[in-house]
Amino acid sequence: MTDRVLPTPTPETRHYWEGAKAGELRLQRCDKCSQAYFPPRPFCPECGSRDVSVFKASGKGTLHSYIINELGAPGLKPPFAVAIVQLEEGPRLLSNILECDQTPEALQLDMPLEVVFEKVTDDITLPQFRPAKEA
Amino acid sequence: MTPNSCAIVGAAETTDLGKIPDMGQIQLHADAALNALADCGLSIKDIDGVATAGHSPQELAHYLGIVPSWVDGTSVGGCSYMLHVRHAVAALEAGYCNTVLITHGESGRSRTGFLSRPMFASQFDAQFEAPFGVSIPPTRFTLPVMRMMKDTGLTEEHLAMVAVVQREWASHHPRASFRDPITVDDVLNSKMIAYPFRKLMCCLVTDGGGALILTRADRAKDFPTKPVYIRGVGESVETPVVSQMKDLTSSAAFRVSGKKAFETAGITHADVDHLMIYDAFAHLPIYGLEDLGFVGRGEAGPFIAEGNTRPGGKLPMNTNGGGLSYMHSGMYGMYALQESVRQMRGISPAQVEGAKLSVCHGVGGMFGASGTVVMTNEA
Repeated sequence: MTDRVLPTPTPETRHYWEGAKAGELRLQRCDKCSQAYFPPRPFCPECGSRDVSVFKASGKGTLHSYIINELGAPGLKPPFAVAIVQLEEGPRLLSNILECDQTPEALQLDMPLEVVFEKVTDDITLPQFRPAKEA
Repeated sequence: MTPNSCAIVGAAETTDLGKIPDMGQIQLHADAALNALADCGLSIKDIDGVATAGHSPQELAHYLGIVPSWVDGTSVGGCSYMLHVRHAVAALEAGYCNTVLITHGESGRSRTGFLSRPMFASQFDAQFEAPFGVSIPPTRFTLPVMRMMKDTGLTEEHLAMVAVVQREWASHHPRASFRDPITVDDVLNSKMIAYPFRKLMCCLVTDGGGALILTRADRAKDFPTKPVYIRGVGESVETPVVSQMKDLTSSAAFRVSGKKAFETAGITHADVDHLMIYDAFAHLPIYGLEDLGFVGRGEAGPFIAEGNTRPGGKLPMNTNGGGLSYMHSGMYGMYALQESVRQMRGISPAQVEGAKLSVCHGVGGMFGASGTVVMTNEA
C-alpha cells in the first residue's frame, strides 16, 4: 500500500488510466479539427465536436516549468520536483521527474523528457517522466 | 454597469487582526459586519442583500438574523469579494435589493470554528495533479514562475524586491503583522519552501475578517462616511490548475477581468493613483502589473525593483503591505478592498496624498479566477 494520493478514474477518464497500466500514454484528438487535448473528455474542447478518438502519444515532451517541493506530500519525501511537462502533441501534464537529481542544476527548462510508467498499486499506474535517453 | 451608480458606504475589518484564537470563523464574519454597520450608522435590519464566500450565504444570513431579498454565494477563492462587489452593483442597479453586506471571515491561523474549504477541489486536480505531490498553495501557485523567469528575464532578486517594498508599506500600518524592514538578502536567505520560492516570498497565515456595505449612489450622501464609488468592475475564470493555463507567463483571467474593469470605468492607466494587486506570493504583482497593462511583458520585475511602487513612487501598490506583510487569512481579497476604500476615504495609515482613483485586482484559486474593482472618491 502507499500513502500516495491516488486517482479514482471516471467513465470519461478510464481509457487514460487503463492505458498507463498497459504502458501507453493515451491522449485524445478531435476527428473534426484534429486538436489533441487533455484532460480526457468525450468531446473536443476546441470546437465542441463529439467525434473524437483515443490515440497513443509519443511519450516525448520537454520540461516546461517546475518547483522543488521542500514541504513533502503523502507518500513522497522532500525534496522532489513537481514539473509541468509540455508534450510533443500539445497538451501539458503534471509529473515528477524520475531518474534525475532533484536540483536546479539537473533540472534545466526545456530539457527533453520521456514518459515512464510508475506502478503504484495493482489498480493505478502513474505516467511519469524522466530525462530522455535518446534525442 | 453605469460608472459610479453605487458606492461603498460602510467598510471595516475585524476588531483584531492576526491571531484571534478565541473567535470562531463565522463570528469573524459577524464581528466585521457589525463593525461595518457601525461605520456607516446602519443596523443589521437595514441589510436586504448578502454575499459571502467560505461559509454559505444561508449560514451568514441566519447567523446575522436577516432574511435577505438577494444573495450571492460565489466562491472562487480569494477574489470572491471582488466578484461580489460586481454582482452587488448589478443587483442594486436592478433594484433586487437596496443595501448589500459582503463579509469575509477566516480563522486561517488558529483554525477556530474552521470549515475545510474545498476551493482547490476539482476532478482535474484529484485525478491528474494531487498524485504528483502538490498540496498546499506554495506547491501549486509557484509552478509557472520558472517559465516566467526563462521567458521574460524575471529574477529571484526581482521577486525578493516585491517583498522588500511591501514591507516598507507595512511599516506604516499599526495593524500589519510584519512591520520591520527587510532586505533582498533577508528574502533570498530565508527558508526554501518550493524552489525558487523562499519563505519571505510567501504570504502570512493569519486570522481576521472584513465587511463592506454598498448602496446606490443617490443614497450614499445620507451616510456619515465619505462615499467610495464603484466606477468599473470585471471578473473571469480560466482553469482549476496552474498547469493548464494557456500561457504560464500570463493569466487569461487577469487579462479579461482587468480589461472589463478598465473599459466599464472608462479610464486609462495614467488615471490610476493607487493600485492593489492580490499578493499571495511575490510573483502575483508581477503578473498583475503586466496582465493589467501597466507595464509591458518582462517589465514588471524591474519596474518594482526601481522603486515605482514604493512609498513616493509613481504607482503606489499594495499600500497595506499586502498578503506578504499585512495579513493573509486565506482569502485575502477582502483586505485589498479595505485598503482601497481607506485610500479613497483618505484615511489609510499609508495614505497616498490626493489619490482619487484606486484599482483593486484579485486572484482566486491558483490563477483560477480573477476580479477587478475600480473605485473613486469623485462622483
